[in-house]
Amino acid sequence: MATATVASQNTVVHEHQDHHEHEHHDNFITKYLFTTDHKMIAKQFLVTGMFWALIGGFLSTLFRLQLGFPDMNLEFLRPLLGGWIDEAGKLDPTFYLALVTMHGTIMVFFVLTAGLSGTFSNFLIPLQIGARDMASGFMNMLSYWFFFVSGVIMFISLFLKTGPAGGGWVVYPPLSALEQAIPGSGMGMTLWLIAMVFFIASSLLGGINYITTVINLRTKGMSFSRLPLTIWAFFLTAVIGLLSFPVLFAAALLLVFDRSFGTSFYLSDIYVAGEALPNTGGSPVLYQHLFWFLGHPEVYIVLLPALGITSEVIATNARKPIFGYKAMIISMLGITILSFIVWAHHMFVSGMNPFLGSIFMFLTLIIAVPSAVKVFNYLTTLWRGNLIFTPGMLFSIGLVSFFISGGLTGIFLGNSAIDIQLHDTYFVVAHFHLVMGSASFFGLMAGVYHWFPKMFGRMMDAKLGYIHFWLTFVGVYMIFFPMHYIGIAGFPRRYYSWTNFEFTNSYTDLNMFVSIAAIITFAAQAIFLFNFFYSMYRGRKASLNPWNSTTLEWTTPINPGHGNWPGEIPTVYRWPYDYSKPGAAEDFIPQHIPLSQTPESNLPHEQELVKVELEIMREEADLVANESKH
Amino acid sequence: MYGFLIAVGALLLLSVIWMVYRIQTLVSVVKGSDKKIATGSNKVNAFLFLVFLVGSGALMFWYSIKEFDNYQLPVASEHGVITDELFWITMAVTGIVFLITHILLFVFPYKYQYKEGRKASFYPENHKLEILWTAVPGVVMAGLVISGWMAWSDITAPAPEKAHVVEIMGYQFAWDVRYPGKDNVLGDYDYRLINASNSHGIDFTDKNSIDDFPSPKVVIPKGEPVLFKIRARDVLHSVFAPHMRLKMDAVPGMPTRFWFVPTKTTEEMRAELKNPEFEYEIACTEICGRGHFSMKKVIEVVEPAAYQKWLSEQKTFIQQNPSLAEGLKSETKELAGIN
Repeated sequence: MATATVASQNTVVHEHQDHHEHEHHDNFITKYLFTTDHKMIAKQFLVTGMFWALIGGFLSTLFRLQLGFPDMNLEFLRPLLGGWIDEAGKLDPTFYLALVTMHGTIMVFFVLTAGLSGTFSNFLIPLQIGARDMASGFMNMLSYWFFFVSGVIMFISLFLKTGPAGGGWVVYPPLSALEQAIPGSGMGMTLWLIAMVFFIASSLLGGINYITTVINLRTKGMSFSRLPLTIWAFFLTAVIGLLSFPVLFAAALLLVFDRSFGTSFYLSDIYVAGEALPNTGGSPVLYQHLFWFLGHPEVYIVLLPALGITSEVIATNARKPIFGYKAMIISMLGITILSFIVWAHHMFVSGMNPFLGSIFMFLTLIIAVPSAVKVFNYLTTLWRGNLIFTPGMLFSIGLVSFFISGGLTGIFLGNSAIDIQLHDTYFVVAHFHLVMGSASFFGLMAGVYHWFPKMFGRMMDAKLGYIHFWLTFVGVYMIFFPMHYIGIAGFPRRYYSWTNFEFTNSYTDLNMFVSIAAIITFAAQAIFLFNFFYSMYRGRKASLNPWNSTTLEWTTPINPGHGNWPGEIPTVYRWPYDYSKPGAAEDFIPQHIPLSQTPESNLPHEQELVKVELEIMREEADLVANESKH
Repeated sequence: MYGFLIAVGALLLLSVIWMVYRIQTLVSVVKGSDKKIATGSNKVNAFLFLVFLVGSGALMFWYSIKEFDNYQLPVASEHGVITDELFWITMAVTGIVFLITHILLFVFPYKYQYKEGRKASFYPENHKLEILWTAVPGVVMAGLVISGWMAWSDITAPAPEKAHVVEIMGYQFAWDVRYPGKDNVLGDYDYRLINASNSHGIDFTDKNSIDDFPSPKVVIPKGEPVLFKIRARDVLHSVFAPHMRLKMDAVPGMPTRFWFVPTKTTEEMRAELKNPEFEYEIACTEICGRGHFSMKKVIEVVEPAAYQKWLSEQKTFIQQNPSLAEGLKSETKELAGIN
C-alpha cells in the first residue's frame, strides 16, 4: 500500500517534471523573485541573511567604538549618523541603546533564524529526503516575501527621526510601551512590532512547510531512522518554532493593545514625565513570561540547525559515521522538549516567586545533559577519524569549541543563586554570544562552505576559507572571552559608559582590546563576501560529489533544475553515515546504494535485510512495468 | 590629503592581495593540488589547532591569574560568601571539563589528520560509553543544582522580623531612598499622589508614614539583617549592589524585596582595599532608557551604634517640608511633631 502511494506520487511529480522541461520557461521574475523552487528560495534567504548580518555586525562596531574608545571624537560618523552624533562628537546615549537593540533583533531573528533555518531547511530538506520540492512551494515563496517585508519595515525604522526601538531586543514594557520614557518607543517600536508580526508569519509559513515536507515527502526507503541529522535538526527546529512563535505573537499583540488602545496588560502604577498614567492591574512580568516562552526556545531554533549541519559536516570530513546517531536524535528531542520548560531562568531576579525560580533551576540544569552528550559524541566522531580540513569542517570544529565554552557558562547562569550576581552583566553577554551567536554563525558558515557547490555548481576557494576561519575563530574568542572577566567583575550590560561607578571604572584597556578585536573580526568577513560572490561566477567548477558524501543531494545533477532529479528520485537503502565501512572499496557508501550491491561490507543484521530489500525492489520493478503499459 | 593617501594605499594593498590570490590559484591548478582530497593546507590547519590550544590556553591562564584581584570583587554580605563559593566550585567543575574537552577537540584534529591510505575506524556507537557520559553529567549537575537550590532557598526566605527596612524606589534616572522611621513600618503610598514635593507618592494620612524619612544615601548597620523593599515609579529598573551580591528588579506596580546581612563597614572595606575613596554602590541593571548607565546610589555600611545615632539625627519628610502635612487631621499633625 505504502509502496503504491509513493510510486504513484513519484509518477505524478515526474509528469510535472516532463511538462516543466518541455514547455515551461522561467523568466527573470519567476526564476529569481517570485520563485517556488526551494533552492532559489534558500538562496534568497541566504543573501538576505548576509545583508542583515552586515548591518547587524556594523551596528556592533559602532557601539564597540563607544565602549572601547569612550573619548574618541566620532565626528567622522556624522555623514552617516547625522544628529545622533552631538556637537562634541559623542554618540547619543539614546541612540547607543537603539544600536544595541537593533543589533540584537537583527542578529537573532533576521540572521540566525531566517538566515540559517530559512536557508538550510529550504535548501536541504527536499534534497536530502529525496523530494521534488517543498510540500507547498507557494507557501514557501510567501514565507520568504513576508520575511522580506518584515526586513524592509525594520530597515525603515533605522532612519526614523526618533530612532528605532531602543528598549533592548527583549523590548520589555513599560519601557517599550511608553514613548515618554524613551523616544525609540514611539514610531520605532511600532515598526518593530509590525516587522515582527510579518516575521512570525514568515516563520510559521516556513515551519509548517518544513514539517509537512519531512513527514510526507520522504522518498522510498527514507525512514525517520535513516534521515540525516541535518533533517532531524531542521524538523525539530520547525516544531519548536511552530509552538513558540505564536506566543511571541500574543505577547506582541497585547503590547500593541497597551501602546495604542489603552489596555493594561503590562502596565500598572506608572508615573512618567510628570504624569500619573491611568493604567492599573497589569504586570510587566507577564510580558517577560510570554516573551521568554518564545525567547528561550528561540535559542534552540537558532542553535539546532547549526548542530545538525555540524553533525553532517563533521561526519563527512572525518570520514566516519557520526558517533551515537540515535543518541544524537534523542538528545535533540530532549532539548526540544526541555526548551519549552526552562524559560523563566531568564527571570530569576525579575521579582517572580522564588519558588518558581527553584523549579526552573532544576529544569534548566537538566538541559545541560543532552547538550553534554552531543559534545562527547562530536569528540568521539573525531577520534580515530581521517580528518580532512575543508573550510566547512574547520567552522564545524569551531562551533563545537564555542558550544563547549558558552555552554559551560550556562551552568553558572542556570543556577539561580549564582545568577543573582551575574544576571544582566557581561558574563551573560559572553555566554550567549558564544553558545548561541557565534556557534550558530559558525554553523551557518560551515553550511555555506559545505553546500556552496550544490547551490552554485562551483567551489569556494579553500585557502581564502582557511584565512576567513582562523581570523574569525581567533577573533570571536578575543571579543567574547575577555567579557567573562568584566562580567565576573560585575559590569552591567547595555551601559553607555563606565565612568559613573567606581566598580566599573577599570578595564578600559580590556574594553579597547575587545573593540579592536571586534572591528578586525568584522572586517575579516569581507574575505568571505569576496570568496562567496567571486566563486559564484568564477569559482572552480564543482564535481558531482566534491566531499565524497553519502547523502542524497549529491546524487542530483551539478546544477539541479526545479524538481531536483531529472529522472526517478533515488530510493534509499541505508542510513546516511556509511563512511569507512570495513570491507568497502571506497570510504563512503551513498544512501541510494542497495545493500544487495555491497555484500562485502554489510554488517550481519544488514545481510539479513538484503532479502527483504530484493523483494521490495522486485515489487517496485513490477509497478514501474505496469505504469509504462498505460 | 591624508584621506587620499590612505585610499591609494588601501587600493594598492587590495590589488597586491588580489594578485597573490590569483597566482596561488593558478599555481594550485598547475600543480594539480586542487584535485587532491587533502592538500598541504590540511597539515597546516591541523597544526594551527595545536598552536591555538597552547597559545590561547597560556593566554587564559596568564591573564586569569594576573588579574584575579581585579575581577574578583570583594564580598561584603553573608549570603555573598556562599554564592561566591558556589561560583568558584562551579568554576572548578566546569573548568576541568572545559580543559579536557578542548584538549581533545584540538589534539584529535592534529593526531587524526588525513593520511592517504589510512581508513577511519567505523565506530558508530557504544551504548556503555553513551550511558556513562549521560549519567556522569547528570550526577554532577544534580550536585550543583542541589547546593544552588539550598543557597537560593535561604537567600529568598522571608526576612527576619527585626530586619532594618529600607525602601529603594527607581525612576528615570536615579534611586530614591525612604526609611520607615522609629516604627520600622513604611507608610502607604499611591503613585497618583506623586508630585513635585512628594516624589515617593507617600500617603501621609497613613500614620505609619509620619515618621518616614528620606535619605540621600543608603545607610545600613553591619552584621544585622537589612531588608530592601524595592519598587519602580515609571519603567523597570534593577537594584544591583555588586559587593553585596544583591540584585532584584524594581517593577512598577509590583513591589519586590531582597534581604541580606552586610559584613563589612565602608571603613573596613576602605582599609582592606587600601582605597580611602571606596564606596559601596548601587547600579541599575535593567535597561531603562537614556540614563541607564548613570543610576548610582551610595551604600554606607556603619557599625550598629553609629547606625542608631544616624537614625536619631534624621528629619522626617514632614519635618523637612511641613506643607506635606497640610490637610491632615490635627491629631496626626501632633504625632508628626508639627503644629
